Amino acid sequence: MYDLLIGPFQEFEFMRRALAGTVALAFGAGPVGVILMLRRMSLVGDTMAHAILPGAALGFLVAGLDLVAMTLGGLAAGLTVALLAGAVARATDLKEDASLAAFFLMSLALGVTIVSMRGSNVDLLNFLFGSVLALDDPTLILMASIATVSLVVLAVIWRPLVLDCVDPGFLRSVSRVGTPAYIVFLTLLVLNLVGGFHALGTLLSVGIVIVPATVGRFWARDITGMIAVAVGTGAVSGYVGLLVSFHTGAPSGPAIILVAAVVYIVSVLFGPVGGVLPRLLPRRHLEA
Amino acid sequence: MIPQLAFRDLTLGYDRHPAIHHLDGTVERGALLAVVGPNGAGKSTLFKGIVGLLRPLSGRVDLCGLDRREVAYLPQVADIDRSFPVSVYDLVAMGLWRSIGLFAGLGAQERHRIHHALEAVGLTGFERRPIGNLSGGQLQRVLFARLLLQDARVIVLDEPFNAIDAKTAADLFALVRRWHGEGRTILAALHDLEMVRTSFPEVLLLAREKVAWGPAEDVLTPANLQKARRMCEAFDEDASECRVAAE
Repeated sequence: MYDLLIGPFQEFEFMRRALAGTVALAFGAGPVGVILMLRRMSLVGDTMAHAILPGAALGFLVAGLDLVAMTLGGLAAGLTVALLAGAVARATDLKEDASLAAFFLMSLALGVTIVSMRGSNVDLLNFLFGSVLALDDPTLILMASIATVSLVVLAVIWRPLVLDCVDPGFLRSVSRVGTPAYIVFLTLLVLNLVGGFHALGTLLSVGIVIVPATVGRFWARDITGMIAVAVGTGAVSGYVGLLVSFHTGAPSGPAIILVAAVVYIVSVLFGPVGGVLPRLLPRRHLEA
Repeated sequence: MIPQLAFRDLTLGYDRHPAIHHLDGTVERGALLAVVGPNGAGKSTLFKGIVGLLRPLSGRVDLCGLDRREVAYLPQVADIDRSFPVSVYDLVAMGLWRSIGLFAGLGAQERHRIHHALEAVGLTGFERRPIGNLSGGQLQRVLFARLLLQDARVIVLDEPFNAIDAKTAADLFALVRRWHGEGRTILAALHDLEMVRTSFPEVLLLAREKVAWGPAEDVLTPANLQKARRMCEAFDEDASECRVAAE
């Protein structure tokens, strides 16, 4: 039992680092994911995650595997795409989802091309699926900082952010902070995706943001509960996923997201809030 | 008589087509004004212009020195996401935005006010309900409770009693009367002409432009209502530019 559950982390430093990294990710990504889901923006998250790729790849092209260059590149690219897609949707008749899809495909193609210009296939795989088992000190500090900043900033913009989801018209009538709060939120999203990128790669980093949030919806009725469940799911998926990967030799990033996916499927089936089975249970209706 | 709202040659519309055409007039402070007219007469458009959601094509709305945020607005269809997991209490509490702003917590005084607002609309005991579980009438009561807390000088209600049963409408109208008694300025778009005749001292009859404005008995004459019905036609796609504006 000990060898199965705790031993790997006690024995290997890289496992401890990976665990610390994923838990940090879960704390930032949980609340961001819940807001994203409640705003019906889950696919926007996906797009942004891909949008990071060409930026990070440019950083890589210029400076090699340099944390600062790749992070800044990813941030810049993610924010640019977020703003451009919004601008295209507003300036033309194209709906925002279509314009996002166009940008996401563009980014993916561009990113893969740029990485291939300099790197090997291994580098490409690292970009796409991350390298959670090779987190060095600066990367860990970056990920932990992103989680900390996310939580603090979310606390600051929480009220307008939530009100902007529930009743945007009302928020506009009492205050002008709605749009700035939304832009700050998009920035947090990109930050978390960049943090996740180092561990899980561009294709999977959005997984730790979205999947735990969708799990939260099946277990809690209020936002606070959803966030708690999402953070818990993210952290537990990290822990279990790393163990699965350690014992079976499965790639660790995908293992983490797969574990989260299993939790998701269980939640869809058994979740007390709108799960499939609780609905099917033959229970008599109430008196009033 | 102190003016609270003034329309100065106001034209509001969409894609250059006017939905309110060259409206002039003044709403006194403390007025209780019913805005009536057929569908498409421009009632909602006028209200959007007042609260600043729609920029005038020409002319202007003068708030007479009032901050736009002192105008509370109840839209015809509130764009509320009812699937969002937020409680009645939290939604009503947001009416206190001007006093609590971004960060301030709810003190004893605020909780007291929220309690009283819920009591006033008959929703005591609904505090923890998610808004998704409310009926249409209950949601309207919640929105009125929030309006109560907003404590605004001017209150703009766009068809507040539509699709609501008589009991709820009567309860909510009692609140409107109370606001009127407190000296607030109230504009309400309504279709129930009976209610307007009995309860509103002042009426604006709209049909893209002002048909009549004054005491109910002078405005709601058969001739005026007939005229309003005829004036409300669809936009003319090939309309030429309006000359009045250029003069």
